[in-house]
Amino acid sequence: MTTKASPPPSSDTKQAGKIIHPLFVRITHWINALAVFIMLMSGLKIYNASPIYPLQFPPDITLGGWLAGALAWHFAGMWLLAINGVAYLLYGIVTGHFWRSLIRFQPIAAYRNIRLELKRLILHGTGEYNPVQRVLYIAVIWIVILLVFSGLTMWKPVQFSSLANFFGGYDQARKIHFFAMLGLAFFILIHVSISLAVKGTIESMFTGRLAQKPPKKNGAPK
Amino acid sequence: MSAQPPVKPKISLKDFRPQIERIERRLFLKQGLSLGALSMLSGCTLKDDDAVDKLLWAMSRWNDRVQAAIFDPAKLARTYTEAEVTEPFPFNAYYEEPMAPVIYGPDYRLELSGLISDKRQWRIEDLRALPQTTQITQHICVEGWSAIGKWGGTVFKTFLERVGADLTAKYVGFKCADKYSTSIDMPTALHPQTLLTLDFPGKPDDTKYGYPVKVRIPTKLGFKNPKFVTEIFVTNDYPGGYWENQGYNWFSGS
Repeated sequence: MTTKASPPPSSDTKQAGKIIHPLFVRITHWINALAVFIMLMSGLKIYNASPIYPLQFPPDITLGGWLAGALAWHFAGMWLLAINGVAYLLYGIVTGHFWRSLIRFQPIAAYRNIRLELKRLILHGTGEYNPVQRVLYIAVIWIVILLVFSGLTMWKPVQFSSLANFFGGYDQARKIHFFAMLGLAFFILIHVSISLAVKGTIESMFTGRLAQKPPKKNGAPK
Repeated sequence: MSAQPPVKPKISLKDFRPQIERIERRLFLKQGLSLGALSMLSGCTLKDDDAVDKLLWAMSRWNDRVQAAIFDPAKLARTYTEAEVTEPFPFNAYYEEPMAPVIYGPDYRLELSGLISDKRQWRIEDLRALPQTTQITQHICVEGWSAIGKWGGTVFKTFLERVGADLTAKYVGFKCADKYSTSIDMPTALHPQTLLTLDFPGKPDDTKYGYPVKVRIPTKLGFKNPKFVTEIFVTNDYPGGYWENQGYNWFSGS
């Protein structure tokens, strides 16, 4: 049986031009990237002023020049991170973006084609968050929330005493802040590596559109 | 040695201009995205006068206002037991420990100035005659470390009332024997745990923690707690301070 029927209004090209990253997600993503860069680099410098562990970060990857500069960056950057983060969370909840793209998981669809799913575990650029992406993105959202609240505890252990009690005091909050930062750094390492490795992902985070053709569905003609 | 260099075929730089320009452009873009951007940013350290530094200073002033709004005059810092006190209490200043001033008690006078009605000088025994109290609280340094210490003295509000300070003024400033200075907001000065301190951590003859007079403020970072205080003044003009003038956040409340 010949399957070379008149091509349906090419689903591939249709997919390729589709907006896969909503404009709001793209804007908040890049503002967040800047905010996280500022917080991470200045945070390493602040850590270096009085290390918790026998470990110092190379000054070349820190921001602010000296402790006062790093603190100024950190306490300016926190507003960018927090305002942008709250906007993203509200958008994600109100529009259903979180439900659609992160949380909703369809087991039947997932197991319909195991081979495709396995491929999608590592394959990006399909226009949908794959299972690994979903787990990582949900995890990193919670890591940033943990960073914000442990950070607020360190900033105001007296005024936010209930937060301080929750985290077990200033020093405990400081350790949690440190390990959450390591978690975030680890996420960035994976996230950026995959983005660089898979063609078109970074481009689509600017244009919103799928740059490359999605992988062929099963049943493709021989 | 004096051999003439072999005559090379004439190659003009012009012939390679397009290629060179392409390479330069590529290098510029690459650096612009990575190291260049980073080093340009890390040059902003509050010590220059460029646009980013101005923005950082403005954000710091904004954070002063936010912290003043968050500050609850009735909220008390957690207190600890004698067993939790850090021994030995860490020494910290803008100079090394041996440089700490040693003040001869009998000659000491605390001076008052600014919006204070009774500017009479105070001797240590006059300050001792005021109602005394002790507290064990956590000292948090702007560097990140913390220590628990025990301090004794007079509630600062009691002292300010006694000398007839204008309690509606904005700031209380401190000048110290080690040329250090700092200043705090009036609501913090009137906080029940802000202490005009006469008893310090360590042994009774240990003077390095601020003898004879320190102001202990458990609702502020360590550098806002002046040691070796020789003058207290009340003012409506922003007084700044040793570290604050260099870029550390002025309010620095806990």
